[in-house]
Amino acid sequence: MNSIEPSAIHFKHIEYETGEQHILRNITGSISAGKITALVGPSGAGKTTLLRLCNGLISPTAGEIFIDQTPIASIDPISLRRRAGMALQSAPMLNGTVFENLALPRQLQNRSLDKKEAIKLLDDVGLKPENLKKSIRELSGGQRQRVSLARTLVNRPSILLLDEITSALDPSSIKEVETLIKRLNEKDQTTIIWITHNLEQAVRMGHYAWVMAEGKLIEAGESSLLKNPNEEITKRFIKGELV
Amino acid sequence: MSYGTLSLTLVFVLIPLLLSKTLHLQLEKDVLIATVRSIIQLLAVGYFLKFIFESDHLVYILFMVALMIGVATGNARKKGSKIKGITWKIALTLTAIEILVQSILLGFHIVPPTAQYIIPISGMAIGNSMVLSILFLNRFQAEADAHRDQTELILTLGGTPRQAIHTQLTRAIKASMIPTIESQKTIGLVQLPGMMSGQIIAGADPVQAVQFQLLILFILLTTAAISSILLGFLSYPSLFNERMQLLKEKE
Repeated sequence: MNSIEPSAIHFKHIEYETGEQHILRNITGSISAGKITALVGPSGAGKTTLLRLCNGLISPTAGEIFIDQTPIASIDPISLRRRAGMALQSAPMLNGTVFENLALPRQLQNRSLDKKEAIKLLDDVGLKPENLKKSIRELSGGQRQRVSLARTLVNRPSILLLDEITSALDPSSIKEVETLIKRLNEKDQTTIIWITHNLEQAVRMGHYAWVMAEGKLIEAGESSLLKNPNEEITKRFIKGELV
Repeated sequence: MSYGTLSLTLVFVLIPLLLSKTLHLQLEKDVLIATVRSIIQLLAVGYFLKFIFESDHLVYILFMVALMIGVATGNARKKGSKIKGITWKIALTLTAIEILVQSILLGFHIVPPTAQYIIPISGMAIGNSMVLSILFLNRFQAEADAHRDQTELILTLGGTPRQAIHTQLTRAIKASMIPTIESQKTIGLVQLPGMMSGQIIAGADPVQAVQFQLLILFILLTTAAISSILLGFLSYPSLFNERMQLLKEKE
């Protein structure tokens, strides 16, 4: 990030280990507020783990994370998760209709979602209003991913954590989702971390890029660095030698 | 029944032994162990109960109830080994059941406050509660493990641990209660309950035996509901930490 830009998320010497695996190693860096940061790297680099840390689904084994300069450990987990919304590649759904899934975040706060809002959310992710009554089981993988993203947006998060959300979409749907994400970022100044395997998308969408491998942050900078990386491991990843 | 007559009932043990031997089931050792254990355990309990009923002293009654709760807890806890503090949670559930059942029975003078009534009824309530606890824990752990993604989804969207585990919890409560409810629907038509049959064989008036059996059935219904619900609400917080994170499955 640019040193004068405020940081939305700051990682300070983050380690994450499970009993058997050392998943993140000494991650230090800042995610610029109101910008899109593309997070790239081979499988098993620890990218999803880093997102789960930001959403408070897990806590680091060592080190500290700050959200808007406040240590994450001192933020109430529920308000943190509403503030840092996450949409996953697997797009887990509750059995039921699209509307029931969209209404879930409100229902968890004992509030309701009206039909107009639901239609607007579907429109935002490029789905037609008639999908509202459809059972989740009737949707394709790509449609489910879009419903998952729309559901994340119900909480109006100021930080959006996206894990490969366009991996199952066709090119025109990818374009629609990218346009939506750009709009959210520009209009609402939403901070976005976007895990993607698509390097062209990372350059196209990201103001910044982080490259991770083997649990380490290899390099970070403007997304154009992916065209001209400094580190050998990034060069190998871009050439497709590391997957 | 004399011991001479009782010994003739061993014919019923010889039949499975012969069948096992003939069909090479290799169950002879287990059948013999089960027979010897049941003879020793039941005779010991019989003499012990005789002593307690004759003395009818509160301390002995309490000792017997505590023993039942202890053994039932030890048996049920194995099924909930993944849940932190499961031993005290089961013990608390069984104790709550016992207090509730006895408060209603004795408080409303439904049965006299003597060892002869308190101990057998406690045995049935605690025994049923133990079975319910095992059924609940088995199902709850299976549900929680199978639907981790849904639990995490609700946490991700800003739900509380209770909201996140609600579906799995209610499914497990319902599943553990169904056998009790279903067996009560066919009672008397398909099977005569053991206690009622025992009373009738011992010469009691069948109508009075039925009245007592109804009392027991209603108690079992309450123990079924309370055991799984109470144990459920005591157990689910152990799946999360203080940061409302779903803990990793234990191997």
